[in-house]
Order: sequence, then C-alpha cells, then structure tokens
Amino acid sequence: MAYSDKVIDHYNNPRNVGSLPKEDPNVGTGLVGAPECGDVMKLQMKINPATHIIEEAKFKTFGCGSAIASSSLATEWVKGKTVEEALAIKNTEIVKELSLPPVKIHCSVLAEDAIKAAIGDWKKKRGDSPEAK
Amino acid sequence: MAVKTPIYMDNHATTPVDPRVLGAMLPFFNQNFGNSASRNHAFGWTAEEAVENARGQIARLVNASPKEIIFTSGATESNNLAIKGAAEMYREKGNHIITQVTEHKAVLDTCKRLEKYGYEVTYLPVGKDGRVDPEEVRKAITPKTILISIMYANNEIGVVQPIAEIGKIAKEKGVLLHVDGVQAIGKIPVDVQADNIDLLSMTAHKIYGPKGVGALYVRRRNPRVQLSSILDGGGHERGMRSGTLNVPGIVGFGKACEICQNEMAAESARMIALRERLRKGLESKLDEVYINGSMEHHLPNNLNMSFAFVEGESLLMGINDIAVSSGSACTSATLEPSYVLKALGVGEDLAHTSIRFGLGRFNTEEEVDYVVNRMYEVVSRLRELSPLYEMAKEGVDISKMQWGTAASGH
Repeated sequence: MAYSDKVIDHYNNPRNVGSLPKEDPNVGTGLVGAPECGDVMKLQMKINPATHIIEEAKFKTFGCGSAIASSSLATEWVKGKTVEEALAIKNTEIVKELSLPPVKIHCSVLAEDAIKAAIGDWKKKRGDSPEAK
Repeated sequence: MAVKTPIYMDNHATTPVDPRVLGAMLPFFNQNFGNSASRNHAFGWTAEEAVENARGQIARLVNASPKEIIFTSGATESNNLAIKGAAEMYREKGNHIITQVTEHKAVLDTCKRLEKYGYEVTYLPVGKDGRVDPEEVRKAITPKTILISIMYANNEIGVVQPIAEIGKIAKEKGVLLHVDGVQAIGKIPVDVQADNIDLLSMTAHKIYGPKGVGALYVRRRNPRVQLSSILDGGGHERGMRSGTLNVPGIVGFGKACEICQNEMAAESARMIALRERLRKGLESKLDEVYINGSMEHHLPNNLNMSFAFVEGESLLMGINDIAVSSGSACTSATLEPSYVLKALGVGEDLAHTSIRFGLGRFNTEEEVDYVVNRMYEVVSRLRELSPLYEMAKEGVDISKMQWGTAASGH
C-alpha cells in the first residue's frame, strides 16, 4: 500500500508521543479501539480549567501507520484549541489532511473518538458531564 | 560489511529465478521455440524432448514416474484440477471430501464451491502446533469419502503436516490423498511412494523457477487415478489439461527441481542455520516475542513470530527496506487477521503483530544480522509508541480489559 507523504512524515516523526499523569484533575484521557481490531489509541489532554484551552496533548497508538498518523495529527490540532473547538474536529478533516484511502477511514474515526473520549473524561472529572449529573 | 537493500526475505510468496534456471530457459524463447505438440517437424521434436526431460527432472524430485506429471499454469490450477477433477470423476462413489482449516485458499475455496454443488466437506481443526491429528482424519472418513486434501507444509507458519501417517490411513481406507506440496517440494524430502500420495500439487516459482508454470502429480498405479478435466481443448497431458505447453517455463521448472534435488541436504542445513540465527537474534534482543506453530515439524526456511504490542503493518512500514509479510488484518485484502493463526488459537491481538520471515537460497548471514538489528530498532521504537506496551509494563492485564470504541481511559 502506498502511503501519503504526510502519513509517512507523522509515522517517522510522530508529534507529541508520551503520557500525561492521568490522576491530574486537569488531564483527560481517551482510550479507544481494541487490540483484537488491531487499533488502540490513547489520547491525553491537559486542559486549563479556567480558559478551557488545551495546553498539552500526548498520544500513544498501537495500530497501522495511518492510525499512528491520525492520532499524531489529532494532538497537533487540538493543542491551543478550546475544548469546544476540539470537539468540532471531524474525522473527514483528518482523512483530507492525510489523504487516507477508503480502507483507512476507520483510523480517522478512531482519532475523532479519542478526542471526544479524552474531553469526556476531563468533563467527568470536573463533574459536568451529562452522565455524572 | 554493508548489505545491499532492499533485502528480500519473503520466499514463501515467491523466489527469484536461479541464474542456472534462467540459463536453461533462454534458448526456448526464440531458438527452440517449437510447440511440443507439433509432431511432424524438428522444432516440435526439440520442444517435446525438452518437456519430457523436465518431466523426468520433476518426477525424480518426488519419486514419481515421468508419465505421472501433468503440467499446469501453477499450484492454484493444480489444486483446482486435483479436487474438482477427482470430485467429478468419483461422484458416483461418494460426495465427501476431508480437508483442514489452514489449507491455502486455492484448496479451501475450491472445496467451498463444491459444497454449493452438493458435496460435503469436513474441515478438520489443527492443534496449537498447527498440525492436524491423523486419527481425526481416520475418524472423519465415511463410506462416502472420495478425497482427503491436506497440505504438506503451510505457507504462513511453515508447519509440516504428518503426511506419511495420513497417507497410510488413506491407503488403508481406499480414499485418494491430494497434497498441496507447494512449500515443501525442493525444501524437504517429498516421496509420493513412501507417503502414499495420489495427487500432488507443485509450482516452479517457489523453488527458484519461473512464475506461471506448475504441475500435478497424478498416480498411475495402485490405484490408477483419473480426473475430469477443467479445460476442454486439444487433449494435451493425457487429456487432463488441454492447452499448448509453456515450454520455456517447463524447462525452467525441471532445472529448478534438479538443482533442489542435488543441493537439498546442503541447502536445508544452511537454511536452518540462517533461520536459527534469525530466531535467536530476535529472541535475545526483544522480550514478548512468540513463535507461531510447531518448531519441531517445520520448514527449514520459515519463521513466523508475533511481536506483542506492535501492529504488523506499522512494523512493515518501519522496516521498509526489508521484504517480509504480516498476518495483520491491515495487510490483507479482507481486513481480517490471518485465518491460519486464528486456527492455531493465536489471539487476534497477537495475530495482528505477526511477521512471516521466508528465507531463501540467496539470503546471507549479513542480511540476517541486518534484519535482526532493524527489527530491534523498529519494534523498540513502536513499543515506545504503544499504549498496550505501556499498560503491560504497568502490570495491566490487557486481555481482561473492557475494550470498545466508546471506552474512555482507566
């Protein structure tokens, strides 16, 4: 399979690899996918409680090159955005940016899910998520 | 010493043509280009002589007689001809076929098609070692059984099946035995007499011969096996396979068999040494690596290993100067992880992390060492990127976690 230059670049030089302390009340952690499906993404964000700006983002991904690139790109995009802006990121934008072929669209869906899961976790910690009420 | 990249280590997929094979083939493209079926001029005679010489070379490799070798376009056709041809020919005797789950798709899908036409197929399971139990074969035989089809050696995991034992049972019960011998011939001794094989599929391009030419051994004595043909036409190859013979390909196939036969002992020892160097190198440098399939009953040139917590396609992307294969779903057309590994009971999580190394005649120790080092670099790098590796190191039992796309952390 031929990969786009952007996928190769993210694969060779993944941005923001690592972990943030998951007990930190200002850190949201999203863990999506499943090992049996061949994709697991962990996306973490440190969010300023006052401004709701995502100050830091880190990821670790088990998956193909496109999954690694999608999550790496997601960390780049969410950094500096507010929570509301990050929630507006659509998987189709990731597909376009990375020129993902149709069989790899699920990688972008997973990245969008990871963003939402991380923010959901942060909201839950703050006690303002719907399910916490 | 610097090694030349890319390195080819995918010799179960195909092999380069040996220069000696190519040399034997070349005159048959434009000098001795005759049709071996032309009976009335020298061009035809020369071609026919070359074809018959090759038939002998191929027959000798598997202890058959030359008349028992039918040329085809490759192993897919040989498997189709053996199974469909026997099924149709012996339809009045019965409609039951026995095979097993790790067969190549050319066997499995042929059997599936026959099921649509009213045949019944038993797909025997394999053990954790990848082998079928001969006693299970015996138990599966019914008065309606006309054919048993079991491969000699598997193309993904290199596991060798107990063909001699199965052959004995088939003979005793009077059921024909077809063997897909593609990965085995030329690499380990295959003897159609000793193993009681009635039909044996072979191909040239896995043994340093050209693509597009294969053969089917069809037993002529004890019992005399008959097959219905798939292709109708000029009645070539004792009426079993019509079509003008691929003379240069056949000449190359014959030469490839001759070389394999003459050099098998030495080559097999060299392959085992390289394979063990690769296995020990990887096992000494990396933790959490698992061999798939029995190493006791194994092809000399195969190693199938899972590198836990690292997805196969991303691993292949990292070692892009090395040609190997993966059992990961992402590398298959179906987006399913390897059905062979699944049949062994390898978890899907580990199936996604598997790599198949297929060593060959032209691989060197330097190349093996290079591959070990590159694998170490890339696996280590990707494990640093892997949330699963991090969790495993923290002591989390990944198999007991609740996974789902909507799941959030911890």
